[in-house]
Amino acid sequence: MKDLKGSFYISLWFMLLTFPIMVIRVNTIEKVIEWRWRNMALVGIGSFLLSFVWRLLLNRKERSRKLSEEGSAKPLAIGRRLMEEPRIYRPVLTALALLAIALPFLFSSYQTNIMTTALIYVMLGLGLNIVVGLAGLLDLGYVAFYAVGAYSYALLNYHFGLGFWTALPVGALLGALFGILLGFPVLRLRGDYLAIVTLGFGEIIRLILENWNAFSFGPSGISNIPRPGFFGVNLSLHEATIYLYFLMIALCLFTIFVVNRLQNSRIGRAWIALREDEVACEAMGIDKTRTKLTAFALGATWAGMVGVIFAAKTTFINPASFTFMESAMILSIVVLGGMGSIVGVILGAFLLILTPEYLRAFSAYRMLLFGMTMVLMMIFRPQGIVTNIRRVNRFAVRGKDDEPTQA
Amino acid sequence: MDSILTVNKLTMDFGGLRALNSVDLQVGQDEIVALIGPNGAGKTTFFNCVTGIHRPTEGDISVSPPGGKIHRIDGVKIHKVTEMGMARTFQNIRLFPNMTVLENVMIGRHCRAEAGVLGAVLRDKRTKHEEEEIVSRSHEILVKIGLAGQVDDLAKNLPYGAQRRLEIARALATEPFLLLLDEPAAGMNPRETDELEELIVRIRDEEKISILMIEHDMRIVMSISDRIFVLDHGEKIAEGTAAKIRENPIVIKAYLGEDFNA
Repeated sequence: MKDLKGSFYISLWFMLLTFPIMVIRVNTIEKVIEWRWRNMALVGIGSFLLSFVWRLLLNRKERSRKLSEEGSAKPLAIGRRLMEEPRIYRPVLTALALLAIALPFLFSSYQTNIMTTALIYVMLGLGLNIVVGLAGLLDLGYVAFYAVGAYSYALLNYHFGLGFWTALPVGALLGALFGILLGFPVLRLRGDYLAIVTLGFGEIIRLILENWNAFSFGPSGISNIPRPGFFGVNLSLHEATIYLYFLMIALCLFTIFVVNRLQNSRIGRAWIALREDEVACEAMGIDKTRTKLTAFALGATWAGMVGVIFAAKTTFINPASFTFMESAMILSIVVLGGMGSIVGVILGAFLLILTPEYLRAFSAYRMLLFGMTMVLMMIFRPQGIVTNIRRVNRFAVRGKDDEPTQA
Repeated sequence: MDSILTVNKLTMDFGGLRALNSVDLQVGQDEIVALIGPNGAGKTTFFNCVTGIHRPTEGDISVSPPGGKIHRIDGVKIHKVTEMGMARTFQNIRLFPNMTVLENVMIGRHCRAEAGVLGAVLRDKRTKHEEEEIVSRSHEILVKIGLAGQVDDLAKNLPYGAQRRLEIARALATEPFLLLLDEPAAGMNPRETDELEELIVRIRDEEKISILMIEHDMRIVMSISDRIFVLDHGEKIAEGTAAKIRENPIVIKAYLGEDFNA
């Protein structure tokens, strides 16, 4: 009831505020004033509904917070239960796999291209997830490593004729190298300071690429980068697109495999501990320097690798592809999807890359919607779409009289 | 008695402030030593110097693990100190709040394992074996500490007393020969304090781990410490057994003030 009243006042206030622009229109040709009362009613109803829903959501959030504070047994979230039930997730995974395989043959190469782009961002997201989600180091210059990878392929190919498959590991290695290079000076920084320095690092790389004409050909970029070869067979453009798509799928699976293993390892635990409490982490015998550098290097490795693929996919790169917007986009994928969660990052990448593609009609409002979604997410679900599931250790306590039912 | 931790003339300045002034302290094998003193006496600073968080301005600190060589540890990095066999807890609990109880303890095993990135990705036999060992050892410790029932709870959801115990468990997982406890009984109710007292004695007796603790709860200090060091304004003003410290007029003065005539 209180909410209804509050929403009513808000709608009144909005009607008053928007009165001059929404209701009054001076028709300069006929020199009359039009009174558009219908608009006022619309504004009133709209703001009333919005504010009411807003209040309901806030209330719900408050209630669930209280509930969890009281410590009452919280039922598992539906999503989580779904993911833990093999009878449900197995068919879903199979269906997804089949769809992924069939996709390039069912749809045009335009669609395949979009999917490849989305997969590129999945990999970037998973890479950044190591740095931001697991190790808790806010990196705003991630795109720099992406650029390093892309340019290493483009330049090595231009000067030495290096092929895609040779450039892939080289790009990854160079990415890692730059990761360590950035890692050293920022070892002592955390939080905001770290974010600013990494942001600066990203810009430095971009500006170098833009201005060092002799090295990187400046803003005009590098064109005619060859697509990945397929055992010497000449592929048509359509075939090459499909090939690249499957390549991306394979690399994504590889990434997921590696990140998943890292996450549940000694190194992964050290990263999470570092994120949680740096001092305690060190006091428990974890080498902070090494742990941070590994996180930076591994995160950058993926970016370097994806950079090579990006260069091969677009066959043309210039510094404009590696602006801060890209970094922000990748970071949004990680944050929106759920920090530290692999499934979350994948969902986030598809959501943020595919939605704008398929909703081209609303492209003018893209940034507006994007911003709004972010704000709403941060208020109602700051942990991201998918919360990072702590692996539950089910022990079969290896005693003599314990039955395996213990598991 | 061999001393396993020897602190010689430790001085620590923060800018113009002398937090510790030429403090000597020894901890012997299988000893429970308490470090007491009024607020701001420099007790936690002392801990931070010993564990490598602060680099002391002057003086030296050395450890000699039972059956091992003597090492200087002043100026050594924090994680190295832990590796040498000294583990600590914190005055204001510093667990990893979003990790499970078991994972918290597993972090303590970090420095006793060596799987790297490659091992983690390939998950070869050795890494698997090591990982299993980490889990089973951590679980063992939790059983001993009495937290076996909450293995999968998030650390932040534990009650206060249990969080303090988990911190001790995590420190034990690093296989120390000396355990440094910073106000382990702070904020505990009398029953929890009794349990803690019993736990500390048990750690010493069963695990053969020496203990150096900062504590304000005089009941626990007087009943279990073999020796007590008293700090005031960065200076050591007394050392000795519980009975001696209780009677020491300088200690009484430091705690209760100049004009107190008891």
